Amino acid sequence: MAIMTFAGTALKNLFSKPVTTKYPAVPAEYKERTRGHIEISIDDCISCGMCVRSCPCGTLSVDKIKGTWSINRFDCIACGFCVEKCPKKCLSVVAGYQEPGAEKGSVTYTKSPEVLAEEARKREEMAKKAAEAKAAAAAKAAAAAAEKKD
Amino acid sequence: MAKRSVIPYGPQHPVLPEPIHLDLVLEDEKVVEAIPSIGFIHRGLEKLTEKRDFNQMAYVAERICGICSFGHGYGYCETVEHIMGIEVPARANYLRTIWFELSRLHSHLLWAGLMADAFGFENLFYQCWRVREKVLDCIELTTGGRVIFSVNKVGGVIKDITPEMQKAILDTMDYVEKETKILKKTFMNDYSVQSRMKGVGVLTKEQAHALGCAGPFARASGIATDMRMRGYAAYGELDMEPIISNDGDCYGRCEVRIGEIFQSIDLIRQAIGKIPEGEIAAVVKGNPDGEYFMRIEQPRGEADYYVRGNGTPNLDRMRVRTPTFANLAGLCETLKGADYADIGILVVTIDPCISCTER
Ligand code: SF4
Ligand code: SF4
Repeated sequence: MAIMTFAGTALKNLFSKPVTTKYPAVPAEYKERTRGHIEISIDDCISCGMCVRSCPCGTLSVDKIKGTWSINRFDCIACGFCVEKCPKKCLSVVAGYQEPGAEKGSVTYTKSPEVLAEEARKREEMAKKAAEAKAAAAAKAAAAAAEKKD
Repeated sequence: MAKRSVIPYGPQHPVLPEPIHLDLVLEDEKVVEAIPSIGFIHRGLEKLTEKRDFNQMAYVAERICGICSFGHGYGYCETVEHIMGIEVPARANYLRTIWFELSRLHSHLLWAGLMADAFGFENLFYQCWRVREKVLDCIELTTGGRVIFSVNKVGGVIKDITPEMQKAILDTMDYVEKETKILKKTFMNDYSVQSRMKGVGVLTKEQAHALGCAGPFARASGIATDMRMRGYAAYGELDMEPIISNDGDCYGRCEVRIGEIFQSIDLIRQAIGKIPEGEIAAVVKGNPDGEYFMRIEQPRGEADYYVRGNGTPNLDRMRVRTPTFANLAGLCETLKGADYADIGILVVTIDPCISCTER
């Protein structure tokens, strides 16, 4: 049995620099992989909704027509599952935590007008093609019916 | 006979890290009986299986507890993998072992600090947590979170530990080993620490066995039970022996946990030395259909996982039995006959994790 076994360590600590940093005066140092919050590079998003379906907290929502992606950062647990599931790899987990706030609002990101216009044009084109294909099929069916009649 | 009085202890009490309530029946200063009641932080996480699919549940399972979080995520994933017949790549198993031991290290150092706090040695408390901080840095470096790892998924792991990170872990292990050796001297040899722990709350081997105690609490009573010996993940390929003590008192429990800190450091070194190259996750197809029961060793003792799938993405049932639940009976036994002043120490020596117990 011994006494004062901790005296050496205590004395050493008394005369050495503090191990803690003076946050927030000295900013916190984050590691490269730190899961702080989710960022999106919105113009790469294809609004497929994989992230919405994978999120365990139901904090995401996507609107294909409006080209928006919203996140309620207060509900997000920074698990990174959406990042893993995104087929376009446009989501990423980055350092820095959500700042405190009085309201649990969500943040919405909207695609740039050019991308939106391009998407609308593509949608129109697709719709046109589909309509044409439909019309062609109808005509074919009508011709076949007429042939049968003869 | 002295007059009996009932003193409520907790759920809010300075020594308790988490809310548990004890009704202590006292005769003068001696405890005659302790009646525990739990249920203050029930969150219904098991019920969530009805709303979340089995992949999302991996993240929910992890959040059962903030300290043994990796183990819960791992236990759940491994159970589902067994049901689906998924062969996890060897590298993933080693990575899981390394992370598991890092989580045990930070849990045991946290416990050592709380124990020092319980017997009123604040300086030692901060010193333990200071060492623990380095382990948390390692965890943040490799997984991105300090206590919630989020690296497990059904089929393997999400992130790899690069050679530079392995080096950083090994360096940290050297530091932790050096510092823990210094801490060990105080915990094991100091006169005032011993006077608070020696002979306090003795639980014999027979009692521990009869009450179904688990983990370091049972090992301190001389029962060589350690689920890691089953050889899940990569433990089968590493050298280890359960650390036991025959004292059965608070001192014995402290001895076992301090011994396990060195054991974890050794296991991490072995695992990093042997880690094979290769894939870190297997491909998962379909939904779990069937049931499986799995036992793993959490920092606090044996935890059991049960999962039943029905072929849909949502599981029928997910059930966790946690070590603290098993140890509550043993705790109430050790409390009988204890001094009122020792209650705090006794509650802390089982390393209670109430949020696991209630989920
Ligand atoms: S998964 Fe990726 S591409 Fe799909 S909607 Fe979400 S962010 Fe956009
Ligand atoms: S990180 Fe997790 S909780 Fe947050 S949005 Fe992505 S999936 Fe949802």
